[in-house]
Amino acid sequence: MSLELFHAILFYAFAAAAVAAALVMVSQRNPTYSAFALIVTLVSLAGVFGLLGSTFIAVLQIVVYAGAIMVLFLFVLMLLNVRAEDRPPGGGRVFMLVAIALGAVLAGEVGSVLVAARTPLARPFDASARAVAHLLFEAQYLYVFEATSILILASLVGAIALAKRDPGP
Amino acid sequence: MSPTLIQHALLLSLVLFAIGVVGVFLRRNVITVFMCVELMLNAVNLAFIAFSRAWGNLEGQVLVFFVLTVAAAEAAVGLAIIISIHRHKDTLDVDAFNIMKW
Repeated sequence: MSLELFHAILFYAFAAAAVAAALVMVSQRNPTYSAFALIVTLVSLAGVFGLLGSTFIAVLQIVVYAGAIMVLFLFVLMLLNVRAEDRPPGGGRVFMLVAIALGAVLAGEVGSVLVAARTPLARPFDASARAVAHLLFEAQYLYVFEATSILILASLVGAIALAKRDPGP
Repeated sequence: MSPTLIQHALLLSLVLFAIGVVGVFLRRNVITVFMCVELMLNAVNLAFIAFSRAWGNLEGQVLVFFVLTVAAAEAAVGLAIIISIHRHKDTLDVDAFNIMKW
């Protein structure tokens, strides 16, 4: 079996898993099950990222998204003792159909653009951690990178200030 | 990897984004709505990665890195807001969260 074919089979397997888990996530009443389905989607997407040659982002995806962010979600779900929604989703069948139709319209619009997009294949493609870090810490993105660390600090302080029990004096 | 596969990666990102949008419309639980937003962010990341691979341009990877950071900050602050509102309203239904309404 050629490597090309093996990559294609893996790609479609990961893509099918991602879409199936996303559908489960949206159709599920219980948010805890939704969270686990989202983890499956994120891990499948990490596989797709790896197949597209972005191994560094694939590892970040698993560590930061499936690891840190989803654990935070599950932690909050367990903390608040969330039960399944006891009402039908949306305002009944009509609203559900309208929502799906709006999603289909959006998919059609963006899809018509994406199908027309040129997708060449750059042959020498080096997205190793070294190459990405080289670009990230160049002068162009260095200050943006520093700004994200301030963003993280601000969100840390903001999260503690918002979630603490006593609103203060 | 062939150009067709990259085209299909873009279509996958489109499908995931649309599923996320429908989820934001349909779901009542605010945490599920929040997770649908995360799904949409991930779909956009996939489009960045696919275009980065297509054009051999690493700036797409750097943008994904920043999207990841912003998503982490957003999750932390958003969940803190949800905890704080849940303390007052004792529900997670989005329809109950109308305290910002004028």
